[in-house]
Amino acid sequence: MSTRTTTRIVGASVPRKEGLDKLLGRARYVDDIERPGMWFGTTVRSTIPRGLIRSIRFDPRVDWSDVTVVTAADIPGDNHIQLIVADQPCLADGAVNHCDEAILLLAHPDRHKLRQAAVAVNIEYDSLPAIFTIEQSERQDQVIWGADNLFKSFVLEKGNVDAVWETAAHIVEGEYRTGAQEHLYIENNGIIAEWSAESGVTVWGSLQCPYYVHKTLVKIFALPDQKVRVVQTETGGAFGGKEDYPSTLASHAALLAMKCGHPVKMVYDRMEDLAATTKRHPSRTRHRTALDNDGKLLAMEIELATDGGAYATLSSTVLSRATLHAPGPYSCPNVRIRSRSWATNMVPYGAFRGFGAPQAIFALERHMDEIATALGLDPVELRRKNFLHDGDTTATEQRMREPVIMDKLLDRALRESRYYERRARFARRNPGSAVKRGIGIAAFYHGSGFTGSGERILNSLAGMDVTPQGKVRVLVSNTEFGQGTNTVLTQIAAEALGIDYDDIAMAAPDTGLVPNSGPTVASRTVMVVGRLIERAGLQLLSLLRRHAGLGAEFSRAQFFAACERYRAAKGEVVSLVRYEAPPGIFWDDEKYHGEAYPAYAWSVHLAQVAVDTLTFSAEVEEYWAVQEVGKVLNPVLATGQIEGGIAQGIGFALYEKVVLENGHMANNQMTNYIIPTAEDVPPIHVFFEEISFRHGGYGAKGLGELPHDGPAPAIVNAIKDATGISVHSIPLLPEDLFVLLAAQPSVEEQAAL
Amino acid sequence: MSVAWPTISLTVNGHACAVAAPPLKRLLDVLREDLRLTGTKEGCGEGECGSCSVRMNGELVNSCLVPVLQAEGAHIQTVEELASSGILHPIQQAFLDCGGAQCGICTPGMLMAAAELLERHPHPTLAEIREGLAGNLCRCTGFLRIFASVLAAAAQAPDPEPDPEPDPEPDPEPGKAPHAR
Repeated sequence: MSTRTTTRIVGASVPRKEGLDKLLGRARYVDDIERPGMWFGTTVRSTIPRGLIRSIRFDPRVDWSDVTVVTAADIPGDNHIQLIVADQPCLADGAVNHCDEAILLLAHPDRHKLRQAAVAVNIEYDSLPAIFTIEQSERQDQVIWGADNLFKSFVLEKGNVDAVWETAAHIVEGEYRTGAQEHLYIENNGIIAEWSAESGVTVWGSLQCPYYVHKTLVKIFALPDQKVRVVQTETGGAFGGKEDYPSTLASHAALLAMKCGHPVKMVYDRMEDLAATTKRHPSRTRHRTALDNDGKLLAMEIELATDGGAYATLSSTVLSRATLHAPGPYSCPNVRIRSRSWATNMVPYGAFRGFGAPQAIFALERHMDEIATALGLDPVELRRKNFLHDGDTTATEQRMREPVIMDKLLDRALRESRYYERRARFARRNPGSAVKRGIGIAAFYHGSGFTGSGERILNSLAGMDVTPQGKVRVLVSNTEFGQGTNTVLTQIAAEALGIDYDDIAMAAPDTGLVPNSGPTVASRTVMVVGRLIERAGLQLLSLLRRHAGLGAEFSRAQFFAACERYRAAKGEVVSLVRYEAPPGIFWDDEKYHGEAYPAYAWSVHLAQVAVDTLTFSAEVEEYWAVQEVGKVLNPVLATGQIEGGIAQGIGFALYEKVVLENGHMANNQMTNYIIPTAEDVPPIHVFFEEISFRHGGYGAKGLGELPHDGPAPAIVNAIKDATGISVHSIPLLPEDLFVLLAAQPSVEEQAAL
Repeated sequence: MSVAWPTISLTVNGHACAVAAPPLKRLLDVLREDLRLTGTKEGCGEGECGSCSVRMNGELVNSCLVPVLQAEGAHIQTVEELASSGILHPIQQAFLDCGGAQCGICTPGMLMAAAELLERHPHPTLAEIREGLAGNLCRCTGFLRIFASVLAAAAQAPDPEPDPEPDPEPDPEPGKAPHAR
């Protein structure tokens, strides 16, 4: 257990570091920035899902003499976006593989002229047949990627599933699907780029991972590392949607800047952002589960498939996380998971809060309720019988070495919600009412940090320096986009150094200034990078004590005086530390065996819904979320993360439908892609149980993605509790509920049979 | 290109301005480009998200839907005016204290909507807050910290005069969310 007992600043709800700038309207987002002589850029995109580009013609009614045009032929280096597999072209070169794929770029100083020019580019294609579903890809109706359309597959085995089926008391099967989901950050993607022969490429933009963008630009321009500089500007929401796409947009803007010789701004409008950028992977999960007479899990066989879209992007890692979250927080001696990610002619799917886990957990937690029904068990008690405990092993045979308190979280959720009272009340009142109420549960974990050996490969470097002006600067490449990175890392630095919150600044997220502390993804920032900042702070104190006479106890003035003595003696006052894996970690990437994550956050959600059987609307009326996320470093920010994630999860379940026509998003507007509004969110009761995690920053684990995992299954389970109807697919809009309710006899009719 | 655009006069944050602009140019663009008041944000460009909310003669409008011609002679207030002489408006202080802002991109519009709401209802009910902010989308907070901020700001206002007319809409029962859908 941690020996750190009391803290000054960590654990307090200090105000958001950059809050004042945001409240005064002076925070500078990319579209608020102008560069001298700046031009604007736009993109000409594919209007077909698959085909060969036969010709590109420029309508002579437009004067093209002052319009800069960039095609794949203008790329000095490698025409590929550098993610896991470099298969995605920055600009289509001869062929297109999805609608809205970028073919050609235009720049002009006048936006009005630019719009006229963009519609005056006529592209002719030789169309090829396209595939749009997991099933079409599996059947290889067309082979559009590699030899077999398969981006990635995993097989995970524990025990011997095949030995169980014959003798099991119960076998329950089910298939579950989730749809695409759009991040709908309120700030669209945007980049400003500059190019010069002397200094190379500089980009400023709305993005999560400056070093990801850097990696692509270096290849696109065939430049040395130091001639590419990436700076994150204030970023208006991301949710994973600015993890990989900014590499593409930054390349586009920089190519235009190089060719036209001016800074170029490219900021998408909402329709372009919705049509052309990544979304959550659609999924299909099949469960076959064996149980004994008491409802104990004997075997779980899970087949999981995702639609990855036209290029590999992050699909393999999303699939990995889906695979590792598919068996949930349960102990089961025999598990087999086969998962596959398939290519289709859709816009590539990408990172989205939860990263495959919400899809896998929807399937499992729906299936647990189907099992409860089949066995005549209370869904709550079925889960309780099977929860993981300290010392148990997961499906990857990772032994739970930290406390696992699912029972306690469940008890708290039941108590806070008065669960059984509510269920009894609904059972009494529903039969006489057109509005049916129900309450549903979801229990789950979310692995914090990169999967398996990921953190060791990232090998993050982070720390702080002290400026001659007497300010400590936190040096990380981790970015703020609403989650609270700036605030919490500042709290950690202030705590470790024993100085004030206001004495700490965040260095600009600029690859020319900060080391690579890894991407801002995977619920890793506070746990992994926070721990680096804590260690760097303690290391700095020890340097100052050893070389600059800092006492055991010191005032703020003594601290900065010691820094100046150190500077005079040694030069720069800087302390950087590198990631060190917790001891005793083993992970086999081939067999998917071992310590899948350094730590897990645990949670139980309960949702109360009201289903109106006349209007077919389902509304979430009240919500409870109990979680163990390690130490909570800033309660107001942490609660805000949980509430926001749940709201997004409510949208995933009940509102947000990406309508696709021939591979193009047809409802690419806020008017008809519906997200929860102030009228739609229920009261959400958030409770934390805190167990300090010894390898996380001041005891923290990750929490940002966790809340998105639970709402969809909890809500759909509540709909089943209310109506008796088993929903196997989301999103569930009123028209979908209408079809299901019309097809199935009502609870009363069933009772009469 | 040297088209002589008509000059449109308006008062922005208390300052008289004359802007030569195409009459159908969006008020949002006049604020951001001509007057360099970039606090007001664009989220959707079609009046759905409310990020561009400003006050026009006191009323809350989506500035992406207002042709600047329509603002001739109008008094416009933007987020830049909310704090006066270095003192935060109570709603700004409440957002800071209660976690009402996360990524901050919806915040300027949300603040303008909340300030307008608090003028109409100095002590709003939760139902009035939900209704008053329904035109402003936030993707980060799930709105609950924003509701808490509005309530905290309202708590700073002087106690309400006894209501001459009873509020026709009763408060929702505790723990029960009102829904307009």
